[in-house]
Parts: sequence; structure tokens; C-alpha cells
Amino acid sequence: MVEPLLSVRGLTKHFTPTSFSRGPVVRALENVSFDVARGEVVGLVGESGSGKTTVGRSVLRLIEPTTGEVRFNGIDLTKLSVAEMRRQRKHMQYIFQDPFASLSPRMTIGQILTEGLHIQRIGTREEREHRAKAALEAVDLPADAFDRYAHEFSGGQRQRVGIARALALEPQLIVADEPVSALDVSIQAQIINLLRSLQMRLGLTMLFISHDLAVVEYICDTVIVLYLGRIMEVAPSEALYADPRHPYTRALLSAIPDPDPAKSRTRQILKGDIPSPANPPSGCVFRTRCPYAVDRCAAVVPPLEEVSPGHFKACIRHEVSG
Amino acid sequence: MSASATTASAASHKGPILRALSRFVMNHVAVTGLVILLIILLAVLTYPLWWTYSPNQIDLRALNKGPGASHWFGTDGVGRDILARLMQGGRISLLVAVISVAISMAIGFLVGAVSSFGGRIVDGTVMRLVDLAMTLPPVIFLLVLASIAGTGILPTILVISLLSWPVLSRMVRARLLELRERDFVIAARGMGAGMAHLLFRHGLPNCIDILVVYATLQVANAILLEAGLSFLGLGIPPPEASWGNMLNAARSTIVIEQYAWQWMFPGAALVITVLAINFVGDGLRDAFDPRSDLQ
Repeated sequence: MVEPLLSVRGLTKHFTPTSFSRGPVVRALENVSFDVARGEVVGLVGESGSGKTTVGRSVLRLIEPTTGEVRFNGIDLTKLSVAEMRRQRKHMQYIFQDPFASLSPRMTIGQILTEGLHIQRIGTREEREHRAKAALEAVDLPADAFDRYAHEFSGGQRQRVGIARALALEPQLIVADEPVSALDVSIQAQIINLLRSLQMRLGLTMLFISHDLAVVEYICDTVIVLYLGRIMEVAPSEALYADPRHPYTRALLSAIPDPDPAKSRTRQILKGDIPSPANPPSGCVFRTRCPYAVDRCAAVVPPLEEVSPGHFKACIRHEVSG
Repeated sequence: MSASATTASAASHKGPILRALSRFVMNHVAVTGLVILLIILLAVLTYPLWWTYSPNQIDLRALNKGPGASHWFGTDGVGRDILARLMQGGRISLLVAVISVAISMAIGFLVGAVSSFGGRIVDGTVMRLVDLAMTLPPVIFLLVLASIAGTGILPTILVISLLSWPVLSRMVRARLLELRERDFVIAARGMGAGMAHLLFRHGLPNCIDILVVYATLQVANAILLEAGLSFLGLGIPPPEASWGNMLNAARSTIVIEQYAWQWMFPGAALVITVLAINFVGDGLRDAFDPRSDLQ
């Protein structure tokens, strides 16, 4: 088998309180492992507080993981020195959720787009501008945007600039952190279509973080379901949507609104909120809200087991989850 | 998409600093302050060209002479022209103020930057030192420093700049701590930006409002500090003129009662300059306030 572009093993992130503030250790991620093959789009879904962003940022070492390996092209990023990591960064880029916070108010779009090339000392001034303009064109923004400031643009246009910034470095991996959830629904579709066409045209490898399952189904090849910093289920998208195996995934999927009001369906409604990662439940973290939970669920941490090729789930209740 | 981008009004096609300046121009008090300040600056810088007397030239036929046709602002006890000394004193006072503020701004920014980007331990240590510097009573600290550094222009600049950076470093640190967590700074880190890039491409431009406002208000403060030091005999030594030591020279009861022009003019120059600078500073602060766009 070909080596995956990104291979994450046992990624764990605990936020420890500082010496000045008292508080519990927040276990944001616990033993997360997954692979992203070249050209593949992997979706990372879960509700708020499930650790999606922490995974995305830890992979790029924007947050230092507590333990675990992040192999990128076979290199363990977590072991690199700061300077070596800086050189690797041109191969991986991040697209942010909030297009109003992700662009500097004091820089022109041109400066924003060439910033990465400037930092990585790629090309001459003209070449950098040329690449930035090509990136602008790739995201369907007019060339005269180059000398404007971010505040002159709408949310959707700003998000395009954010995407162009990531593209300008021609990275091998893009982590897109909820790139559409801050936008209007009509604009969401535009941005999603743009990302999808760019992905297909440029063969981008993407880690796509979202809480919108419909969007993930449309754009992703593989989906990872995260709950309280642990992987619940991993499957190719068709398999996951057609045949979810984990009770949590089923509950998530049953919450997707359906445009057909005549269609009757049973909706599985989860009660309560996601537990605090500072004090996670023992055993299976989902058991406090799981309709099928039994005593044994509190005792053992369910391992991630392969139920069919490429389809993994972390649940010990095989009789209900199949 | 492109249609809405091109219809964006021409007025908004300006950077944040230009927009702040256009708000500043709308503020009449601040503009008045700026005009007064410019007139003072121009007068102080060009006085040898249009005034016949030099600051240390003694006119023995005119001791303690009141304002008149030949000495517009009168003369002092040894017959030196008050207007010439006022202009020369203005040069010294403004020079001392501007240079000491520039130095304290550099110190303040760097200390704030190191503190906010240096990690928890560095931050804690540096901020406790800043606390220490801030708890020292300023007047006593000033006097001790001045008596160690001695008198003269350079020691005075040194003393004033060492006294006034802690507040700025606090403000810069607060701004940079907030900035560090902003998405566009994280994006720059994600592209491999080092400390220097973060500080000078993102930190400095986003602190420019703090720095400009601090600089203007602190120049006023530094002029007063210089005057205070010189008045106490620890600043600019005579015969060199400064607004502070002109006031010091005029503090005897006889002078205050009978030769009012000897203290009134430097006092007035001091008050007018400081007020003008403060108006400009206030105007800049309002102009840089992002909320003022909403009004």
C-alpha cells in the first residue's frame, strides 16, 4: 500500500492549567489515530467541543500535542525543531472558520496573499505577485482585489481570499476548519463548490472539519466521527451515510434536516450536552447519552474495530450496532 | 462576486491609517491643536532668521526691562532677551521631550513584545519588574536618577525616558497578547513566520494607534517633566535656556511681583504647547478608535 500523506498515531492533547490559574486538566484529545491518503478528502465531524479544531491545529502543530505522532510524508512533525518545522509549513496550510478574523485589517489582499511566499523566501517579488494573482484567479476574485483591504469585501469574498492564501503556497495538505459555517447558506454553496472544484482540479489533500454532515457527505471521501476527543467511527463516506454503525453516528445522521416533509422517519434525539472534557465519563465516553448503554460500557474503553473493509467503529454493543 | 467588489465605494478604498487620519481631520479641536503646535514648532525652529537677539546675548542697557519695541517680551535680570531665550528654550524642551519619548517608546514596545511572545516564565518575570518600576514614586525616582546622571541635555533625556516606558510596555503587551490568538496571526505562524515577522509585520502595525497616542500624550508629559527637573535644578543647567530653567530663574518674589514677563511667557508657552499636544493626542485616540466608524 502507498504511504499515506498524513498519518496520525495516538494523538493526545491535554490542556494543563497554568501555575497561576487553578483548574482541572482538560482532556481535549485522547489517542486519535487516522490516515489521510494523497488526494483524499477526510472529513472530521462532531458536535461543538468534540475536539475537531484541536485535531486540525495539532496536526499542523499550531497547538503542541501532548503525545502522539503526526507523520507527514514520513516525517514525524512532532519531533522537528522549530526551524525545521518552519520549513515544512509551506507544505501544509490552514483555512479558517471566521473570514472576518482570519485576514489582517492592516494589510492589502496582495500583502496577505504574498505573506506566506515572503516568509518562506519563495521567488522574487514579481514571481510572488504573479503567484498571488494566480491564486486570486483560482478562487474567482477580480484581479483588482490585489490592492484592496479586507474590509472592502463581503464574508464570502473574504473566505475566498482565505482559500487563495492557503493555495498560494501550493501546499500538499490543507486543513479546512469549518470553512463555511460562518457564511450565509447561499454563499456556503458557492464556497463548497469552489473548494470541491479546486480539490479535484489540483488534486488537493484535505482534512475537512465541519459539523455539517450534509456538506461533509458532499465533499469528503472518508469521514471520521469525533466525540469528546475520541474517534467513534471511521468509514468511507458512502458506507457511513448508508450504514452507520455507531449509535452516536446514527443520532447525528438522524438530525440532518430532510427537505421532503412527507417522508416519515424516526429521529433519535440525544438528551443533554456533551460531557466536560475536564471530567470525561469512564469507559466509553458516549455512554452517558447512549440509548444502548449497559453497565459494561462504563468499565471498558471500546477499541476501534474494523467491521467491514475501511469501516471502523468504537462500540462494544455489537448486537445493537451490528 | 466581482460586481459587488467593484461597486465598493471609492471612499472606503483606503487603508485603516488613512481612514483614521480622515476622521482626525474632522475633529476641529484636534486640528486647532495641531495648527498651534505647528506654529510653535515653526517659530522655535526658525527664530534666528527673524529675531535679532540671540539667547545668551547680554544687553546691559536693558536689565529687567518690560516688553517693548526692541525687546518684544522684555529682558531678564542680566539683560538677555526673553523672546530669544523662549525660542531657544522651546528647542531644548521639545528636543528633550521628543527624543526621550522615542527612546521610551522603543523600550516600552520591546519590553511588551518580549513579555507577550516570550512565554509564561519570561512574561511573569518581566511584568514583575515592570510592576517594580511602576511602584517607585516617580518624583523621588526622578530625583535620585537625576542626581546620579547629573545635569545637562543627555542625562535629562536619559532620566525622562527611563521613567516613562512601563505604562507603554503594559499596553503593548496587552495588545500583543490579544493579537497572538487572532486568526490572521495564527495563519502567519502556520506559514512559518518567525518572531521578527510576527512582531514587525503584525505586532507593530496593530500597535500603531497605541504608540501614536502614547507618543503625543507623553511628549506633553515629558515637556512638563523636563520643566520640573530644570526647575529643581536637576535638568538643563543655565546658561542654556529651557522653559523649566527660565521659570526657575524667575522664582524670586521680586521677579514674580514686578517683572511678570520673565515667568509669564515661558509659563504660557509651556501651557499652550502641552495643551495643544494633548488636544492632538485626544484627537488621534478618537480617530484610531474603530468604534468611531459607526457614528
